[in-house]
Amino acid sequence: MLDLLFETEWSPYLAGAGIGILLWCSFLFSNKPLGCSTAFSRTSGMIESIFCPDKVKNKEYYKMFVPEIEWQWMMVFGIILGACISSVLSGSFQISFVPQTFQAAFGDNILLRFLMALVGGIMMGLGARWSWGCTSGHGISGMSQLSLASLVAVMGFFVAGIGTAMILYSW
Amino acid sequence: MFTKCHANERLQLILGLLIGIGFGFFLQKGGVTSYDTIIGQLLLTDFTVVKVMVSAMIVGMIGIHVMKSLNLIEFHTFKGSIGSSVIGGLLFGIGFGLLGYCPGTVAGAIGQGQMDALFGGAVGILIGTGLFAHFYPAINDKILSIGQFPVETIPELIHLPRWIVVLVFVAGLFGVLWFLQILGL
Repeated sequence: MLDLLFETEWSPYLAGAGIGILLWCSFLFSNKPLGCSTAFSRTSGMIESIFCPDKVKNKEYYKMFVPEIEWQWMMVFGIILGACISSVLSGSFQISFVPQTFQAAFGDNILLRFLMALVGGIMMGLGARWSWGCTSGHGISGMSQLSLASLVAVMGFFVAGIGTAMILYSW
Repeated sequence: MFTKCHANERLQLILGLLIGIGFGFFLQKGGVTSYDTIIGQLLLTDFTVVKVMVSAMIVGMIGIHVMKSLNLIEFHTFKGSIGSSVIGGLLFGIGFGLLGYCPGTVAGAIGQGQMDALFGGAVGILIGTGLFAHFYPAINDKILSIGQFPVETIPELIHLPRWIVVLVFVAGLFGVLWFLQILGL
């Protein structure tokens, strides 16, 4: 049983079931769905308030999502730690700049990879807040609650995601 | 139920951290904190992401609906709209294809040492969410309310009892996993 902690990769069914159980815990103990993108909004607001605190205070959006460290922020911070612990235990932790698949298709240009990731990240940040959720908020929490908005958003994530990846990699 | 626990702010911060550590651990063990796995899913060559998500949905869906029927928890749903869910979903998807991580797995990828997730992805998401916050009043006014959905949930939309829809979905999701197995994906 303990060996499982040191394995590099689990069956996706087991990993998924574990995430499902975490969803029970977050609803039961914290009265919250699992979601990640609001934490990025709050962090963005926190960084902006270092430079112009008054402007941030007056923004309508930050009145709804106050830029502060709260449950979800700690959760996203926990994801970094949890993935780090998992990869260190299995010996797969590695500082890497360009993923293999990307390298095979576009070469090992770090700047190109960072730029594509940056542009993708900007679109994703916009889209996540635009649809009020991300792959965990809509994909796992929302779908589990049978939310209509989440079903539509998840279809959008994958339709546009598959289309974009197919176009990129057909070059 | 657990309302005292919900109101204890310090305890909630610790719970958030613990749930996050578990989440990051499972995502990493499932292989979905890797760009190669996610882009493989979007190129339809590797179905790990779907397997992880569908398994999480099956277990999560049954559990939270049982707890809801026992009045242990409340749901958190809202009315989507074409302007919000469709446009936002598609924007997110384009970002998904370019970045190859999502907001949760980008955090996990940072944890396992992916620098493109940190300096490209996470920085980009911070800029994107910041831009949204900046333009929120105008976007909310002109776009988000376009074509609001009449209901919050699928059972309400199709006028069937919640549990019947849960059973149909669980059966369908098992069907997806079985189908992938048959195809050898």
